[in-house]
Amino acid sequence: MSTTTVSEKPQHKERKLIDYFTFNTDHKVIGIQYLVTSFLFYFIGGAFAEIVRTELATPDPDIVSPELYNQLFTLHGTIMIFLWIVPAGAAFANYLIPLMIGAEDMAFPRLNAIAFWLVPPGGVLLLSSFLVGAPQSGWTSYPPLSLMSGKWGEEIWIVSVLLLGTSSILGGINFATTILKMRIKDMDLHSMPLFCWAMLATSALILLSTPVLAGALILLSFDLIAGTSFFNPTGGGDPVVYQHLFWFYSHPAVYIMILPFFGVVSEVIPVHSRKPIFGYRAIAYSSLAISFLGLIVWAHHMFTSGTPGWLRMFFMATTMLIAVPTGIKIFSWCATMWGGKIELNSPMLFAMGFVSSFLIGGLTGVMVASVPFDIHVHDTYFIVGHFHYVLFGGSALALFSGFYHWFPKMTGKNYNEGLGQLHFILTFIGLNITFMPMHQLGLMGMNRRIALYDVEFQPLNLLSTAGAYIMAVSTIPFIINVIWSLAKGTQAERNPWRALTIEWQTASPPIIENFEEEPILWSGPYDYGIDDEEEEEESVSDMLADVSAK
Amino acid sequence: MQSSTIDSQVTVGYEKDAESHHHGHPDHRMFGLVLFLIAESMIFFGLFSAYMIYYATMPEWPMGDIELELLLPGINSIILISSSFVMHKGQSCIRNNDAKGLQLWFTITAIMGVIFLGGQLYEYAHTGFGLTDNLFTSCFYVLTGFHGLHVTAGLLFILAVLWRSRKEGHYSASKHFGVEASELYWHFVDVIWIILFILVYLLPLQ
Repeated sequence: MSTTTVSEKPQHKERKLIDYFTFNTDHKVIGIQYLVTSFLFYFIGGAFAEIVRTELATPDPDIVSPELYNQLFTLHGTIMIFLWIVPAGAAFANYLIPLMIGAEDMAFPRLNAIAFWLVPPGGVLLLSSFLVGAPQSGWTSYPPLSLMSGKWGEEIWIVSVLLLGTSSILGGINFATTILKMRIKDMDLHSMPLFCWAMLATSALILLSTPVLAGALILLSFDLIAGTSFFNPTGGGDPVVYQHLFWFYSHPAVYIMILPFFGVVSEVIPVHSRKPIFGYRAIAYSSLAISFLGLIVWAHHMFTSGTPGWLRMFFMATTMLIAVPTGIKIFSWCATMWGGKIELNSPMLFAMGFVSSFLIGGLTGVMVASVPFDIHVHDTYFIVGHFHYVLFGGSALALFSGFYHWFPKMTGKNYNEGLGQLHFILTFIGLNITFMPMHQLGLMGMNRRIALYDVEFQPLNLLSTAGAYIMAVSTIPFIINVIWSLAKGTQAERNPWRALTIEWQTASPPIIENFEEEPILWSGPYDYGIDDEEEEEESVSDMLADVSAK
Repeated sequence: MQSSTIDSQVTVGYEKDAESHHHGHPDHRMFGLVLFLIAESMIFFGLFSAYMIYYATMPEWPMGDIELELLLPGINSIILISSSFVMHKGQSCIRNNDAKGLQLWFTITAIMGVIFLGGQLYEYAHTGFGLTDNLFTSCFYVLTGFHGLHVTAGLLFILAVLWRSRKEGHYSASKHFGVEASELYWHFVDVIWIILFILVYLLPLQ
């Protein structure tokens, strides 16, 4: 009786729209801020990609000038990595971690807000580089090229990446502390949702690798501005040292970009298959294994940089070894779906699309880990195809999967299922038409980062460009869906998917304090289809009854 | 009536939780600080790695006719390392609720930090080589300068602790996270200096 009184009490303040535009320390506000900001940059980075693909529809550089072409692909890569995928991972982590572990907020709320508020200035600064001549040396900024083209644009790139890296590090500190220190009493590490495991592994990677990039960029900055020659061969420096430092971050960075989304699909698949996750510990530990291996394989990006043979063997072997923990995850997801009652709704479609296209990206990853093959396809479109299958077919599809899965929780509104499925179909078709031909182009010998190419490459490029247009079109149902659902969508239930992780125990959207009363861990996060009458009666809500009825 | 009692209990409970879990829990904050220092160490790890590659691959190191003076940086090192012990005395004082002791020892630490930075600037003025002379001199200035920035940050941290202790009487035997945090940061700066001194000053002697 009294419990009811407490839970119905309007003890929470109302959330105002202005909160989302100001310095707010609520992790849910910050999560939404991250998500919206990252999607704004997704559209900008996507627009740049469309211009690049339009240019590549014909063999001649006829749409934009070569300089602008270089600037566009440089900023496309930088934006998609540092301003879309990485912040989008932080968005989910911010929103979900405290809810999933029953905490009221992150461990360091103010630090959290500071971490977010470094992102918009970083992004605006990066785009402002167009005013002084944007960087043209690709997202890797390899010296000596980066030292030769447009000093101030390059310097702006460095400062902006340093800001975004700082944001990422502050986030990583917060995620790790929150996960390790703020779980509700009964939740040990092994009853924690897999998304939290994924974020723990991601945070470890961020803390160990991102600062090394900062070191590299500080030195590069000195070369650019002060005239030192750390990486400048004309002054006795060594550009390969930059490559080592850069890839010591940027190889783990691909796992910083994908691990959170491994976590997302690990949440989505069991719920929408109505089956316990297969191999909980295997998935959790494989995230840690990927983190560790990710830190010791960076030089596979440098097989053509004069690395000695024995060292190339080491990096080839360790790189290929990553296929093991990654394979464990893929098999676990498939085994979870196997024999499940799969609901083919938008989150599940995107999750299944993720598993299949990430698999292609992973397999081509094993191919390019092999030294002789890599030497053949290095810096060709094969690589571009490979990493887009990983980052778009992988991270982005999983991001959309999570987006639809938690949309009712985050907004309190139901999305339109038809538009969601249309979004998936267009995205999936578009991405395969765009990125599949790139593998063939690479094998035929087409270099990446060029606006002018041999006429024999045109048919496949045209196909790829057509795919890019389909991907552009695919965002239309997505945008309409979000706007329509926010304005006209029906009120979402507390737990529309009948999921068992505890973020679903609170209202949709959650109240400011997260939970009306301390959430109760009344089952494992993935105990679907387990019948236990007593537990059912004791359950805090009707969720378990729903699951059993199912 | 009854419900209002429960209400106030719940509200108080939330505030108490918020205090202990989010804004004031020393355990969490120390954990976060350690993670931050790990990240900081990795920046130095990156810089030191670059230095070591140059050291291992360049035909002569240091390049040119450069010879580093060891006396001043040696004395400076002793001052910096001893300051860590001095600072620890201050922390022991506050554990016994002795705020005056804390202020005394932290003031001495701050003075030693200033002497270290002054010594470094004096050294810069008298090295006889510039930032862009060659790869070694660039490494020398960037590494020691970056460390100097961290000493400055640590110094500001100590001054903040001193100010809070003097003006606002912030620290006590049971509540002195800021003292411990500044001390940990200072020790970190010290350890980095020891590695840096070995790499930049002693290694080229061979």
